Amino acid sequence: MDYLLTDEQKMIRELSRKIAEEKIRPVAAKYDQTEDFPWDVIKVIAESDLFGLFIPEECGGMGVGVLNLCLATEELSRACGGIAVCYAATALGTFPIVLFGNDEQKKKYLPEIASGKKVAAFGITEPEAGSDASGIKTTARKEGNYYVLNGLKHFITNGGDAEVYTVIAMTDKTKGARGASAFIVEKGTPGFTFGKKEEKLGIRASSTRELVFTDCKIPKENLLSKEGMGFIVTMRTFDMSRPGVAAQALGIAQGALDVAVKYAKERVQFGKPISSFQGIQWMLADMATQIEAARGLVYACAREIDAGVKDVAKDSAMAKLYASDVAMKVSTDAVQILGGYGYMKDYPAEKYMRDAKITQIYEGTNQIQRNIIALQLIKEMAK
Amino acid sequence: MDIIVCIKQVPETTEVRINPETNTLIREGVKSIINPFDMYAIEEGVRLKEKFGGKVTVVTMGPPQAEAALREAISMGADDGVLVCDRAFAGSDTWATSYTLSGVIRKIGKFDLIICGKQASDGDTAQVGPGISAHLNIPQVTYVKKVEEVQEKSMRVERMMEEGYEIIETPLPALLTVVKEINEPRLPSLKGMMRAKSAKIAVLTQKELNLDPQSIGLCGSPTQVVKIFTPAQRTGGQILKGEIPEIASQLVDLVKNEVN
Repeated sequence: MDYLLTDEQKMIRELSRKIAEEKIRPVAAKYDQTEDFPWDVIKVIAESDLFGLFIPEECGGMGVGVLNLCLATEELSRACGGIAVCYAATALGTFPIVLFGNDEQKKKYLPEIASGKKVAAFGITEPEAGSDASGIKTTARKEGNYYVLNGLKHFITNGGDAEVYTVIAMTDKTKGARGASAFIVEKGTPGFTFGKKEEKLGIRASSTRELVFTDCKIPKENLLSKEGMGFIVTMRTFDMSRPGVAAQALGIAQGALDVAVKYAKERVQFGKPISSFQGIQWMLADMATQIEAARGLVYACAREIDAGVKDVAKDSAMAKLYASDVAMKVSTDAVQILGGYGYMKDYPAEKYMRDAKITQIYEGTNQIQRNIIALQLIKEMAK
Repeated sequence: MDIIVCIKQVPETTEVRINPETNTLIREGVKSIINPFDMYAIEEGVRLKEKFGGKVTVVTMGPPQAEAALREAISMGADDGVLVCDRAFAGSDTWATSYTLSGVIRKIGKFDLIICGKQASDGDTAQVGPGISAHLNIPQVTYVKKVEEVQEKSMRVERMMEEGYEIIETPLPALLTVVKEINEPRLPSLKGMMRAKSAKIAVLTQKELNLDPQSIGLCGSPTQVVKIFTPAQRTGGQILKGEIPEIASQLVDLVKNEVN
């Protein structure tokens, strides 16, 4: 389907596809096995300017464009959802600075992220605060010119490998959600260490670690926006980044379909390629249709954000929910089409299925996305 | 350091089809790409520019669509592109091509270094690079696998040999042809692609170049292609088995039979 992309957007797609095919696909299985951070690929992505897609031009980027970011993420994910998320999670960690940073903060951090010298991460999740973010226990106590952070974040994508972290901590526990604040924390700050690296089902090229804060003193200048803005920073960040997760899911789904179509054409049973059987054809047709529907939703939502539409929470949630459910379904069907081979690691289908699962879980589980959608529907009805 | 990189657009296939009547390449229906060996030449030019300053000008001779190859080189970091395009140059062999390109390079004027790929993947002659250096009367070093050192008026390079390598110091300006061992060509960058899209490509024709009409195009090409064929693959040899004295006498018999 023609999405009437601009020349610049077509260029982004072409370049990202080239990186995916030439630099990611050949190493995807290796990183899936070793779980090492794919620094060599990150370097290629950095040199190609793609890290600039979520950073304003005055800070060394290419200008913030959610659709542009989605196009890049989708294409990278088509080859490997794990490597793509190292890139997309940097966008997630950077959005709070782009959206809420003051001039000094932007000047200090964004150019190095735009050039790919530094990778970023976002830290909100804690062992007891997942879907219920109000359960955050990490605290930030003001002491003179510093904030002192104490607590534990877990399941942090790019944790340990990123240099720049945006971290949500409670500055005033008595105020509940309004007592949370957002901070920039640099790797190497005394009192800031990393816990164990998680072993994961999928997206194994990306690193997931605990962030441990033990009397970690950070300059008060590292507070983003004002005290008490932590949840607003988080919500606005997720509104921007959710289409990115949706795009990751979209890329995984497309990659799985590519594998399934290729296999169906080559695999001969009962004397014919299995692609000539209607049972397989209908599966492929459904997969392709679902992907195209998801793509329409994701691109439309991204365009809406780029156009400055204010309340995008519902649409953003719909895009993430639908694209990730499609990724799970399509990648599962791809494994089915490959049959026994689909279940084996020698073939790429099973990796798409493992990588797809996380997109239904992170940046708000799909159950939370449905809550957001339903709440908005009810609100709209009450107007 | 001002560098000129000469590139060629070639069909994206190693199985080139030949028109049996004209003995020329069939280009229809095959996607065109930059000759893979020229990608190393572009990369090396851009790397030298990044290290020593100056600029990289990419030159190609070909039909109007060869402009795409120049834009791709710009997206990788080259500064300017020059397309040498005129029906008068059609049918050039390696002699006429290198004569024409040397005329273009004289027209460009100032340069310290010319870099070419070691050969083109379609014709495989490896003659145009050395030909340019001969026409310009500058030193050439072929099959360069490493640039060791660059001085103001000279450079030292490693030249790949079948066994080992030579270290050669050459005065500048000079012409290098490079092998794939020299570097890993980068992918384009987004900023490079945007610059390439809007870059103005200079087009030079015989009118601007005013070259000797007898030395260009088909009539300036002394090469006559009589026949083009892929040599038959060598069949595997014969392996003799048994004890050594036995094999030795078998071998003697075989040689005798061969001689007779």
